[in-house]
Amino acid sequence: MELELRGITKRFPGVLANDDITLTVRSGTVLALIGENGAGKSTLMNILSGRYQADSGQILIDGEIRSFDGPGDSIAAGIGMVYQHFMLVPVFTVAENVVLGVEPTKPLGVLDKRVAREQVMDISERYGLVVDPDALIETLPVGIQQRVEILKVLRRGAKILVFDEPTAVLTPQEVTEFFGIVAELKARGSTIIFITHKLKEALAIADDITVLRGGKVVGTADPKVASVEELAAMMVGRDIATKVVKETVGGGEKVLVVENLTLTDDFERPLLKSVSFEVRAGEIVGIAGVQGNGQTELVEAITGVLPVSSGGVYINGENVTNDSPREHHSIGMAHVPEDRTHVGMVGSFSVRENLILDSYYSPPFSRRGRLNGASISDFATELVERFDVRPPLIDNLASALSGGNAQKMIVAREFSRDVPVVICAQPTRGIDVGSIEYIHEQIVRKRNDGKAILIVSTELDEIFSLADRILVMYNGAIIAERVTTETTPIEIGLLMAGRAAEAGAR
Amino acid sequence: MSEESASIRKKRPANRERHSPVMKKSQIRQARISGSIIFGLMAVTLLFFIPAVADTGKATFRLSTPDDRVQLDPLRIPVTGSLWLLAAVLAFLGSLQLFRKSQSRRTVILGLSFSIFVLVIMLWATADREFSLVSMLDATVTNTTPIALGALSGILCERAGIVNIGIEGMLLSSAFSGVVLGSLYGGWIGLLGAVATGGLVALLLAVLAVHFHVDQIIIGVVINILALGLTSFLTAQVLVQRPQLNDAPIFRSQKIPLLGDIPILGPMFFDQTVIVYGTFVLVAVVTFFLFRTRWGLRTRAVGENPAVADTLGVSVVKVRYLAVLYGGMVGGFGGAWFTIGTVGRFDEGMTGGRGFIGLAAMIFGAWNPVGAFLAALVFGFFDSLRQKFGLLDTPIPTEFLAMAPYLVTIIVVAGLIGRVRPPAADGQPYQKEQ
Repeated sequence: MELELRGITKRFPGVLANDDITLTVRSGTVLALIGENGAGKSTLMNILSGRYQADSGQILIDGEIRSFDGPGDSIAAGIGMVYQHFMLVPVFTVAENVVLGVEPTKPLGVLDKRVAREQVMDISERYGLVVDPDALIETLPVGIQQRVEILKVLRRGAKILVFDEPTAVLTPQEVTEFFGIVAELKARGSTIIFITHKLKEALAIADDITVLRGGKVVGTADPKVASVEELAAMMVGRDIATKVVKETVGGGEKVLVVENLTLTDDFERPLLKSVSFEVRAGEIVGIAGVQGNGQTELVEAITGVLPVSSGGVYINGENVTNDSPREHHSIGMAHVPEDRTHVGMVGSFSVRENLILDSYYSPPFSRRGRLNGASISDFATELVERFDVRPPLIDNLASALSGGNAQKMIVAREFSRDVPVVICAQPTRGIDVGSIEYIHEQIVRKRNDGKAILIVSTELDEIFSLADRILVMYNGAIIAERVTTETTPIEIGLLMAGRAAEAGAR
Repeated sequence: MSEESASIRKKRPANRERHSPVMKKSQIRQARISGSIIFGLMAVTLLFFIPAVADTGKATFRLSTPDDRVQLDPLRIPVTGSLWLLAAVLAFLGSLQLFRKSQSRRTVILGLSFSIFVLVIMLWATADREFSLVSMLDATVTNTTPIALGALSGILCERAGIVNIGIEGMLLSSAFSGVVLGSLYGGWIGLLGAVATGGLVALLLAVLAVHFHVDQIIIGVVINILALGLTSFLTAQVLVQRPQLNDAPIFRSQKIPLLGDIPILGPMFFDQTVIVYGTFVLVAVVTFFLFRTRWGLRTRAVGENPAVADTLGVSVVKVRYLAVLYGGMVGGFGGAWFTIGTVGRFDEGMTGGRGFIGLAAMIFGAWNPVGAFLAALVFGFFDSLRQKFGLLDTPIPTEFLAMAPYLVTIIVVAGLIGRVRPPAADGQPYQKEQ
C-alpha cells in the first residue's frame, strides 16, 4: 500500500509541532524519517496512529483520503505502529498481547485461547518470527519482545508498518537480526516507515530518506549517494563534526583505581565479579557492553551509591570504598548518572536549583543553613550560558527542558567543578545530534585538561569516538581490554555478545 | 525515556524466586523471623495456656444445633493433653523454619501455626465448658460476606487501575439507602437501591479519577468522610424523627434442600441469606469474567498498562468507567448486608471499618477474587470468634481478640507472607501525552 501525507499541520499551545508536512512512501519500500528530538517525528507518528488529530492536511492510502478519529481507525486502515517503548503488558503471555483488542471469542465474550495461540503460531511461521505464544512477556529478552510487537501489528493485518526508533534498545547483533526482519517484511510487500536518528542505519536500510527539522520537511536524500555528514548537516541545519578531534595526551598518573570490586544481589548472585581497572590522568576509558551486564551497578558502586561486598575504589590513592556519594563528591569525583530524569535531576525543581543540587550546602551557596540567592543566581546564569542550555532561563522547571538540554544542564553542574575524576554513564543516550556533539566536546576538553574520565555507553560509535582504551563488560565481569586504535567495532560487538572465541578468530 | 523502561524491567525480574536455587538474603531473614514467631507462639502455649488449664478436664464443642436434621455428638477433647500435643507440633513447625529454612511452603507453615495457636486459645477458653462450634462457623460465613464484597469491589476497580479506598463509604451509604428504601418498599427494592447507591458513589470516583485526574487516594478519603457525614446527618435529622423509615424487613436465611442438611458445612454454606449466596455467585462470576473473557483481558490490560490498550483501540476511559461502576455496585450489594441483610436498621458508622478490612483482604488475596474471599474468611473467622468468646466469659478481654484480624492484616501487608504484586498502573491517571 502506498501512503501519502499532504500538508499535515499540528499545533500545540506555543509550538508548531508539524508544519505542512508532505511526503510519500511508495508501496513495498522503506522510508527512513530522520530528525533530531523535537523535530516533529513523534507528533507525525501519533497523527498516523490516530492518537492525535491533525489541525489540517490529509492522509491518503492508495490515493484515497482517510481520516482517523482514534487508533481503531488507523489500525483498520492497515497502519501498524511499533513503538519505541514496547506497548506490551509484561504479565500477559505473548498470545494474549498479540490478540488484545481483536480477541477471538466464543459466545458470552469468552476468550478462545486455542484460536489465539493458533493465530500467533500461524503468523510467526509465515514471517519466520519464532516466538513461544505461551511465554510471559516479562521473561523475554528485548529483541524477542520487539518480535511480539511486530506480530501484533501483522495480526491486525497491517500493510504499512511504522517503526519508532526500533534499534534504540537492541544489541548490535539484534540490530542485524532486525534488519533481516525488515527485509523479509519488505519482500512480502509491506510498506515500512523507519523513524530514527541513527544516520548509519537509515543509510543501510532505507530506499528513501526524508529529513525533518523544526516540524518541517527540510529535504530528501537518496541513501545510495548520501553521506552521514550530509544527512547530519540537513538534520541540524549546520555542519556537524561526527568525528571527535582529539590530540594525543601522554598517559599520566593512575587517578582512579578500582580493585577486585565485587557485588552481589539480593539472591547472593554476583552482579560484579572482581572488577579491576584503572584510569589515568588525561585518559578516557570507555566501558562497552550490552545494557544489563553490570555497567549500571559498576557505576553505582564506584560513585558510592551501592555498597560493595568486597574490593576497593581509590582516588589518587585515597580509599573511598563504601564512602557516601557526598564524600566521593568532595574528594573529587563528578558523576553524570545514567538515568537522567530520575537520578540526574529533580524535574519539579528549577534549573537554578538543579545546578546547585550537589553543592547547595557549602559556601558560597549557603551560610549557616541559609541559601544565598544572589550567588546561586549568578552561578546558574553563568553555567547556563557557558554550557549552552536552551532556553537559558534559570527559573524554568528542569522537567520542561528537552532531553538534550536537560543533559547539558547536568553536565554543566558536574563539569563546573575542578575534580580529578569524571564518570559519565550513557552521557548522550536519546538526545539530539547537536547536543551529542556539544557534550562530546566537553568530555574531550576535560580529558585534555588532564582529568581521568570513565564513560559507560551502549553506543559503540560513542565509545570509539571518545575512548582511548575500551573495556568490555559481559555478565558482570570485564572480559576484554583493547586500545581503541587497535580494535574494530566488529570485534567489540562480538565481545559484547559474549562471543570471545569468534572475536579472537577475526 | 528508554532508561525508564529498562529500569522497570530490571526491578521486576520474572519469577526469579521460583527458578532460583540460591536463597535470597531477605528470604533467610524472613525464615528466621517466622521461625521465631512460631517458637514465640509455642512459648506462650507452654508458659501461659498449659498452666492455666492444669486442673480442668474436657472441652466440649457442639457440632449441631438442636433443630438440625442430622445430629452429631459433641466433641469432647481432653484439654491438657491436646495442648501439649499442639505445643509439640508448633515446635516442629518452628524448627522447620529455623533450621531447614524451607522457603517454598513458608506461607502454609505460618498459616498452619497461626491456626494451631487459635485452636490452643479455643481449647483453653472452652475447658470445662461448652462451645457451639457450628454456630461460630455459621457466623464466620455471615461476617465474611461484607468483607468479601468490599474486597471484590476493590478488585474490580484496581484491576482496571483505579485505586478504591472509598469502599467503606460505599458500604455505609448503600447500607443507609438500603434501609430507607427497604422500609418504604420492601427488601428487594431496598437491595436494588443499595446497589444503585454503590454505583452512584462509584460514578463520583470514576468522574473525578478518570476525567479530572484527581489523586485517587484523596477521592477515596473524601468519599469515606462524605458518606459518614451525610448518613450521620440524615440519621439524626430524618431517621430519628421518623423511625418508620429505619425499620426495614430483613432477608431471612433460606435453607437449600439436602445440601443444607450436611452436618457443619450445611449451616455454613447452604443455610444463608440471599446476600451471602449472592457473594458466592459474585466471587465465581468475577473470577470467570476477569480471567476468561475479552472484557477481563481488556480490563486487566488497562490496569497494567493503559497506553497499550489505548494504542490498540481499546477505550481506556470506557473500560475504567465500567470497572469502577461494577465495583461500586458490588460494594453497594455489600452495604445492603449491614442493614437489610442482618439487623434491619441503620446506625451511625455501623460499617465499622469493614471496607478497609476488605481492602486488606484484596491485598492478602493478591487481587484475585478467590484469594480475597479466602482472606475474608480468615477475617470473618476472627470476627465471629470475638463475638462467641464474649459469651463464654473468658479472662481474655474480647477487645484483644477484636484486634487479632488487624494484627494479621499488618503482618500480611508488611509482606512477611510473601509479597504480592498489584496491577502495574494501579492508581495512575491515564492522560494521552500532548
